[in-house]
Amino acid sequence: MTHMFFFLTVALYGCAVAAYLACLIRTSPLFTLWSGRLLAAGFTAHLLSTIHLASKVKYLPLTNMQESLSFFSLAIVGGFIFFERKYKVTSLGSFIAPVALMMLIASSSLHPEVRQLHPVLQSNWFWFHALLAFASYACFTIAAGVAVMYLTQRYFLKTKHFGALFQKLPSLETMDDISYRCLTVGFPLLTVAIISGSIWSEQATGSYWIWDNKQTWSLIIWFIYAALLHGRLTIGWRGKRAAILSIVGFIIVLFTFLSMKHSITW
Amino acid sequence: MNIIVVGLSHKTATVEIREKVAFSPNQIEKPLAELIRLEGIIEGVIVSTCNRVEIYATTRDIAGGIARIKRFMAEYHHLAFEAIEPHLYSYHAEAAIRHVFRVASSLDSMVVGEPQILGQIKTSYGYAAEFKSSGIILNRFLHKAFSVAKRVRTETKIASSAVSVAFAAVELAKKILGDLSDKTVMLIGAGEMCELAAKHFLNSGAKGVMVTNRTFERAERLAEEFGGEAVPFESLFEHLHRADIVLSSTGAPHCIIGPKDAVEVIKRRRFKPIFFIDIAVPRDIDPKVDDVENAYLFTVDHLQEIVQANLAQRSLEAEKAEEIIDQEIGQFHKWLSTLEVTPTIVALRNRFDEIRRAELDKTLAGWKDLPPDAAKRLESLTVAIMNKLLHAPTSVLKQSGQGGRVDLYVDALRQLFELEALQRDDEELELEE
Repeated sequence: MTHMFFFLTVALYGCAVAAYLACLIRTSPLFTLWSGRLLAAGFTAHLLSTIHLASKVKYLPLTNMQESLSFFSLAIVGGFIFFERKYKVTSLGSFIAPVALMMLIASSSLHPEVRQLHPVLQSNWFWFHALLAFASYACFTIAAGVAVMYLTQRYFLKTKHFGALFQKLPSLETMDDISYRCLTVGFPLLTVAIISGSIWSEQATGSYWIWDNKQTWSLIIWFIYAALLHGRLTIGWRGKRAAILSIVGFIIVLFTFLSMKHSITW
Repeated sequence: MNIIVVGLSHKTATVEIREKVAFSPNQIEKPLAELIRLEGIIEGVIVSTCNRVEIYATTRDIAGGIARIKRFMAEYHHLAFEAIEPHLYSYHAEAAIRHVFRVASSLDSMVVGEPQILGQIKTSYGYAAEFKSSGIILNRFLHKAFSVAKRVRTETKIASSAVSVAFAAVELAKKILGDLSDKTVMLIGAGEMCELAAKHFLNSGAKGVMVTNRTFERAERLAEEFGGEAVPFESLFEHLHRADIVLSSTGAPHCIIGPKDAVEVIKRRRFKPIFFIDIAVPRDIDPKVDDVENAYLFTVDHLQEIVQANLAQRSLEAEKAEEIIDQEIGQFHKWLSTLEVTPTIVALRNRFDEIRRAELDKTLAGWKDLPPDAAKRLESLTVAIMNKLLHAPTSVLKQSGQGGRVDLYVDALRQLFELEALQRDDEELELEE
């Protein structure tokens, strides 16, 4: 069952990505409609697949890299659907959907590690921490996607290239706005995720903060986004600088996520 | 039944001629009435805009109908026939359908893709419908033309890009600033282009206008016209940061806004982007301003480039539109050809005969102890009933001959007896415009 849902998800995401890329090349209300529908269908299948897996193993499937990547991808698509509904920016899908698809494919190429759930993971604080962390990561991914679009559009405007892509991309102001919204949602989520993570750490190891790699880098990520938000609110950092910083932030998020295992669990 | 088109447009006649043959929309009833009184003309619609004057009509006599409408156009306006004849074009059958579809879709317009023409045709059709000069064929024909135009507009990008400099400026501003409803425009200096652009910005929802000029009175006058605010030229830099869009066209010999000013302005705007349009020659705004982060400077040349690109884009889109029209012509032509009397009578007869035979066969098949000549008798009985039933409608159809009534009957028969499974799209477009 889980497998069936999973393949269905990959297939639907694949079609959605194709439709979103087609949207960049050709303007057609049909493409716009179907790219959104396909992605929503894919998201539903993905959600069902995750729920099915969770009910089978009796825990939230985000305890190893394979599960986590899939969950990350789910969170990104969910976040994107939320922002697309709000801002009606189809072109964002052309940048975000491929990332989600790649993560899902990467996840499926990994071997499921058949193992017992580590006892330290059997804590509500852990699940709470992990869920919030993924939600915040999804926000930062979307912020980075928007930042790439912003820089592209800015490049077109500065060099006076008014091609097809220029027409497709939303206005600078809209993209700046979406990126800011992502930050104002993502940053509090990250903050609560780090706090709940440290409570869990206390339960598991007896210390709130053990300065392992993961915790250290999480703190660095927190500082980057804190700086970005602070700069924005106080001196009005926006545009190019904010875009570059949110791309840097995302790269570090990805790096932390992919390369560092939690010393508590692994 | 044939659709014919007679008219002239910006492509065949100069404005001097066009205005002479134009029909005033206020007194359209009279020419419409005269038009359908012409011999052989059954229905008629007059479309008269500043770029074209066209008459759409239906007739059974193509050559005669066209000639009479041409004469009518000259005589109605008391013009010599020879004076306007060389400028007139005429189409019939498929070419006429294609022409009207193209006109409605704005493919024949001076600026391809301009949206007004559709509304103008809708208005003209509205008059014809009101004064009952259009009947079943032209009604269906023009509704079809409206739906084709709608299809062209939604399925191609023919009307989606700006083709004037002022409009291109608005489009560009939207690409930078997004929604314009909370944005302020500043006019530096006065000039026709500047004022036109300012008007476009206000029409697109910009919140307000500031005007500055070396002669303050002029600034005040212009500000009043736009319902904006006049700013003394000396205090330009005290107000510049409040503007999101700056249109400059002074006659100053030097640049009046340099990169340092721009940096200062951006800082005061808390890095919110600002959009400069320099229309002046020599330039008012230093090109280096464009290097300042969050400042975006465009000159008329840039805007002109966009317009050129958009025009090229439109002609590409026009090809797609022609394809759509090709598809739609076929459909409409098919419907039109069903309105012929003789094939309709044949089809009706076949339909009745089909039913008669089927029912007769059913009865005979289940009848065991059939008397010897019963089959033959039953056969002639059913044929007689059928002929009696068909007699009245057939003779009415044949006798009603010419005139709009016969088309109505034929169309009704086709529909009531489902004579042909025609693909119909009866999206009746409202004539609100």
